[in-house]
Amino acid sequence: MPGLFIDVEVAPEVASDPAYAARLEEVCPVDIYAVGPDGGVTVVEENLDECVLCRLCLDATPEGTVRVKKLYEDGATL
Amino acid sequence: MRFFEYESRQIVAKAGIPTSPHGFATTAEEARRIATEIGGPTVIKSQVLTGGRMKAGGVKFADTPDEAEAHARDILALEIGGHMPRGVLVDSKVDVKQEYYAGVVWDGMRKQPVILFSDMGGIDIEEVAESHPDHVGRGHFSTIHPFSDFQAKQVIAATGVTGKALQRATPILARLAKLFVERDMTLAEINPLAELADGSFVAVDAHMDMENEARPRQKALLAELGVGEEETRQAREATPFEIAGEAVDAMDHRGVAGNVTEFDGNLGLVIGAGGGSLTLFDAVRAHGGDPANYCEIGGNPSVKKAAGLAKLVLQKPGVDKIAVMMSIVSNTRVDIVARGVIKACIELGYDPAEKIAIFRIPGAWEEEGFKILERYGVEYADRSVSMHEAARRAVEKIGAAA
Repeated sequence: MPGLFIDVEVAPEVASDPAYAARLEEVCPVDIYAVGPDGGVTVVEENLDECVLCRLCLDATPEGTVRVKKLYEDGATL
Repeated sequence: MRFFEYESRQIVAKAGIPTSPHGFATTAEEARRIATEIGGPTVIKSQVLTGGRMKAGGVKFADTPDEAEAHARDILALEIGGHMPRGVLVDSKVDVKQEYYAGVVWDGMRKQPVILFSDMGGIDIEEVAESHPDHVGRGHFSTIHPFSDFQAKQVIAATGVTGKALQRATPILARLAKLFVERDMTLAEINPLAELADGSFVAVDAHMDMENEARPRQKALLAELGVGEEETRQAREATPFEIAGEAVDAMDHRGVAGNVTEFDGNLGLVIGAGGGSLTLFDAVRAHGGDPANYCEIGGNPSVKKAAGLAKLVLQKPGVDKIAVMMSIVSNTRVDIVARGVIKACIELGYDPAEKIAIFRIPGAWEEEGFKILERYGVEYADRSVSMHEAARRAVEKIGAAA
């Protein structure tokens, strides 16, 4: 189920990179990211609304490649 | 949590307080064996977590092991106040010269334990305090500083007890005070504390209540007593609603959604924060509201946990609306709780603006939280609105809905 309050978008070049997948899985305190079966980034939809807006995923990836959107604020990004 | 008398006796004995010879039996045959070992007259007492045993026929005197067995058989089959006995305590019928009362209880107003002693034991201490206040000695003590025996002595001496009796009762009351602190009790009571014909003192009955939150710390004691983790030992059995509340709290390690207690009103409460729950519950009642439940949410629960609690309350039959209120929070995020309660409404097919009578949680991340509430049209209040006023508004809204 997609998030009611939060959505994330991961750019293809990061989403397919196993190193970024592992890093995102490690830094997210609420398990929004996981390493998928293909080694890339999987977004765990059921955890999206647990996002604490900590920005750790943004810090772990090149600028602009991960976007955290606040759906309650018309999709404003962090 | 409450202890059976036979367990309380063990706790007292472990603290070095002498008890009259006794044993615990779950069958009439065992009771007979214990009575034989004790020798002489015995008292057979039902082991139930409720009062009124004597009146209900749950305490009987026996002169012989045969009689003890027969009484035990009767008592084991006797329901008292809706409780079947865990077993029977076979106690020796001691030759009592004088009965005293020794107790320690938590004084919530002073936030300190108070030791109590009376030379009129065997009856309710409340009754003695009312009819013979000069026969009750009392004194508060610190839970931080070491307890000194002289504090116990002063309290006993205040009732006029002197000489050998004072000397012998003092270490008993002191040990009871130390036990109270070490075992996280809210009540530790020996009534009667009997002075025997030879001048010695023994505990003839004991009553212990332990702080429920201390269970993890007192694990070793509970294991020794054979108290299972599944035994709640509360004043009444948990209702299915309350058990479901425990499941919500257990589903996620983050934060707390605990102490869910069922009432039969129409206003569901998602309340908490540093004593805020009690204040808010009282405020709702003071304004004529009828709470459907009590609970304590805080410590930064996950959205899932906040939603789980809100869903549980919203689905309770008779609940028209929920009020989400806390005092000012610092370690719970307003936005996370807001997401949780709104998510609960939406997943149940309700309009959050209709179902949430008021959201009054000021504190950490409140700006973010208020954005979410505004988005869904939920009435919210910041710290400029008192908890009492928020409760009033919630009651007013539900009154309008009824």
